[in-house]
Amino acid sequence: MSNVPAGIETLDFSFSGSQPAGAFAPVLVGVVGSGNLEVMLETAAGTDCRVHVETSARGFRSIWQAVMDDFHVRHPLAGVRVSINDMGATPAVVSLRLDQAVAEITGAQP
Amino acid sequence: MISFAECSARARLALLLDADSFHEWLPPTERVTSPHLAQLGVPSAFDDGVAIGRATLDGHTVFVAAQEGEFMGGGVGEVHGAKLVGLFQRALRDRPAAVLLLAESGGVRLHEANAGLIAVSEVMRALLDVRAAGIPVIVLIGGTNGCFGGMGIVARCADHIVMSDMGRLAMSGPEVIEASHGVDEFDSRDRALVWRTTGGKHRWLIGDCDALVEDNVVAFREAAITALGASKPLTLAALEEEHELLVARLHALPDEKTTGDEATLLWSALGIVDAQRVPELGVDAVRALRTIN
Repeated sequence: MSNVPAGIETLDFSFSGSQPAGAFAPVLVGVVGSGNLEVMLETAAGTDCRVHVETSARGFRSIWQAVMDDFHVRHPLAGVRVSINDMGATPAVVSLRLDQAVAEITGAQP
Repeated sequence: MISFAECSARARLALLLDADSFHEWLPPTERVTSPHLAQLGVPSAFDDGVAIGRATLDGHTVFVAAQEGEFMGGGVGEVHGAKLVGLFQRALRDRPAAVLLLAESGGVRLHEANAGLIAVSEVMRALLDVRAAGIPVIVLIGGTNGCFGGMGIVARCADHIVMSDMGRLAMSGPEVIEASHGVDEFDSRDRALVWRTTGGKHRWLIGDCDALVEDNVVAFREAAITALGASKPLTLAALEEEHELLVARLHALPDEKTTGDEATLLWSALGIVDAQRVPELGVDAVRALRTIN
């Protein structure tokens, strides 16, 4: 662990979406607490779904990539900006929060 | 029934205020976050742990702030405090029917050190300015993290405090007392002791809160509506009256040689019958026991 520098790790992902999210009021779900995270969804120009992550748990890029790949398969959103503040949430919690946020904009049950 | 304690700050706002009436200032999309936390490797929150804005409560325009206890224990950092100060200062200009503070905080966010301390002192000053202008400040305490440290002082500066029996209000938190004075002085893991000495029932019985309610968002809403007109004059006479109450309480406390549970002894000294039964009584029963105004 000692060779991992202290501080926040910043990760960015981008997917080309096929489901236009359309116009929606920004959504915030979750709280930045231990083992938890907050996810904010906003509209964005274009057809991409861009994801920006700030996390206190460093060195998990490949796991985040896998979680985001799965998310994109479930919800290939277009025109969405996803912003995440994470405090060491597990992949399952991250996936649930992402689905919860999408449910808020689509009106579906999570 | 929905538990106030189990709700997030934003869920409390949605359920306590008139439906869809909350208009947020500096919402999360503005990303006004802490300038300090990232340097320490701690993630920020988009709202810095507090939501502020304007809403209606039973049709009356109110200003409201809700602290999120899950983010840094509701700790007050520089931005968090500045949002509270700005809310109070705007209340001076716009004169809402009341300012509601849904407090859940361990006090100053230690990561932000002096900036947090200064922020809390500025919140106190801004709150007192609002009171002096005759606008009631109503504090609602029912989160699982309680209301401690500087925010405990802020709460006691307000006109009106509503607590649930789950809620806690004090200056030093249980762990802080144990760390500084030892486990013989205070066993922070003794939950019954913690609630006997800081919990809503205790604060109600000794006169530190003005309403005791069930852990229920509807009960908090009703108590807040009742308190809307309850501005207390911030006068020398009112302060002297409060000091008299505190002196009387100090003298009612059992001396150091008395053995037994101090909270229970204090309740007995205040004339509460069968004081040892208080912890097991329901909120309605405890409400009826108060002996002081």
